[in-house]
Amino acid sequence: MTEAATAATDTTDTDALVVLTGVNKWFGDLHVLKDINVTIGRGEVVVVIGPSGSGKSTLCRAINRLEPINEGEIRLDGVPLPAEGKGLAKLRADVGMVFQSFNLFAHKTVLDNVMLGPVKVRRRNAGEVKKQALALLERVGVAEQANKYPAQLSGGQQQRVAIARALAMQPKVMLFDEPTSALDPEMIKEVLDVMVELAQEGMTMVVVTHEMGFARTAANRVMFMDEGKILEEAQPQEFFTNPKTDRAKDFLGKILTH
Amino acid sequence: MDLLPQIGEMLPRILDGFLVTLKLTILSLLLSTVVGAVLASMRVSPVAPFRAFGTSYVNVFRNTPLVVMFIFVVEGLPQLGVRPRFTTLGLGYFEMYAIIALSTYTAAFVCEAIRSGVNTVATGQAEAARAVGLTFGQTLTHVILPQAFRAVVPPLVSVYIACTKNSAIAAAFGVLEATGQLSSLIEDFPGSVYLAFFLLAAGYMVLVFVLAGLSSLVERRWAVSR
Ligand SMILES: Nc1ncnc2c1ncn2[C@@H]1O[C@H](COP(=O)(O)OP(=O)(O)OP(=O)(O)O)[C@@H](O)[C@H]1O
Ligand SMILES: [Mg+2]
Repeated sequence: MTEAATAATDTTDTDALVVLTGVNKWFGDLHVLKDINVTIGRGEVVVVIGPSGSGKSTLCRAINRLEPINEGEIRLDGVPLPAEGKGLAKLRADVGMVFQSFNLFAHKTVLDNVMLGPVKVRRRNAGEVKKQALALLERVGVAEQANKYPAQLSGGQQQRVAIARALAMQPKVMLFDEPTSALDPEMIKEVLDVMVELAQEGMTMVVVTHEMGFARTAANRVMFMDEGKILEEAQPQEFFTNPKTDRAKDFLGKILTH
Repeated sequence: MDLLPQIGEMLPRILDGFLVTLKLTILSLLLSTVVGAVLASMRVSPVAPFRAFGTSYVNVFRNTPLVVMFIFVVEGLPQLGVRPRFTTLGLGYFEMYAIIALSTYTAAFVCEAIRSGVNTVATGQAEAARAVGLTFGQTLTHVILPQAFRAVVPPLVSVYIACTKNSAIAAAFGVLEATGQLSSLIEDFPGSVYLAFFLLAAGYMVLVFVLAGLSSLVERRWAVSR
């Protein structure tokens, strides 16, 4: 593989896809990410949990530089994130992102939402892209909605379209920021099912979620964040049955009683 | 006093005047829309110096009286040796100066109208576009501006109407557009000052109605195509 040869220029661990080293971030005086060091391997599924305001979203958004960081370095497949500009746009194309509030393009049909990136960013042939987009919509179970506008879909359907839109770019890694927390309970499962399937197919995923079921079935690792720090990292089974820190015990006690 | 023959004498001159007004206005609108759109992109750009430039431009030209712009361009620029390189549509140098003054001024207002429309589009839309890998320019043209368009039309039309009326200031600088014709008509028909005024007012009203009509047409089209 030629790809491996170019990617492995200066990373010793060739299986590391996302590497955060000494990352710090402030919002004004508020220190929201405190000396974060994380390595996410190719094909790994990492679930990030923690109390509200602990910095989970900020961490997630830092990985594709929707939030710039103040200190440290983030590498994607061996390449440091470039500053704002064409290079960054190119890198973002390789990182799929799914938002809590879906953020589908309101003026475009479902099909056009999925096709926009591949056609405008990858500059691929529209006919070919359309076939692939329809297949993706089929896969996430919303093919019948292809010609509707986002506002005509349920929340669960919109979120599945958003996943298809991200997948259409054939990303190296997918970021999910609380993808189910804006959904009615009966729609959560249809979105989680798609995500579990994706995880089983080997997609590298960073998922901010409080869905313990998803963490148990799909995650390789759980990271517990509190006040901008990663306090604990463990396999799901280990973390849920035997949390080390008091903060994690406290937090789990609260969410598991709900 | 016979009205009809007088109207008959005045009308050709008024129409001549409005033809010049129309040329001034159309060219100024085109120019200020292009410049205003560029300024608006600068004001929402991630590049700080662009933002600073856009903001300064708006602050300077939106707060300068238009007459000052005219005096600066028509009397100041020739002193500095700046002359229009070309003229078009049969217009002279004075008309070109008027267009420069008018569009420099109007561009600041166009910029703010577009920016206010852009701000009505949720930030999540821009974030999603960037996350997909669209560049800043692509995000604007494919995601933000199409959604901002409907919100932009009403304020933009007010700016356009103001620009149409503002073109009258050119009369004070020797341009024989509609308002310039009013002065000469008053001289030539001192007994019919009211008539001349009403004919002129009617002309401006027609222009403004046409603009407003076009805009509601555009708005309706856009509403249906969604
Ligand atoms: N744009 C911003 N400007 C200023 N402060 C911010 C901004 N975004 C987030 N913060 C603050 O940074 C801290 C971390 O926010 P973040 O959204 O990352 O938390 P979170 O763990 O995702 O919380 P939640 O579970 O509520 O989504 C919070 O205190 C938040 O108020
Ligand atoms: Mg969050």
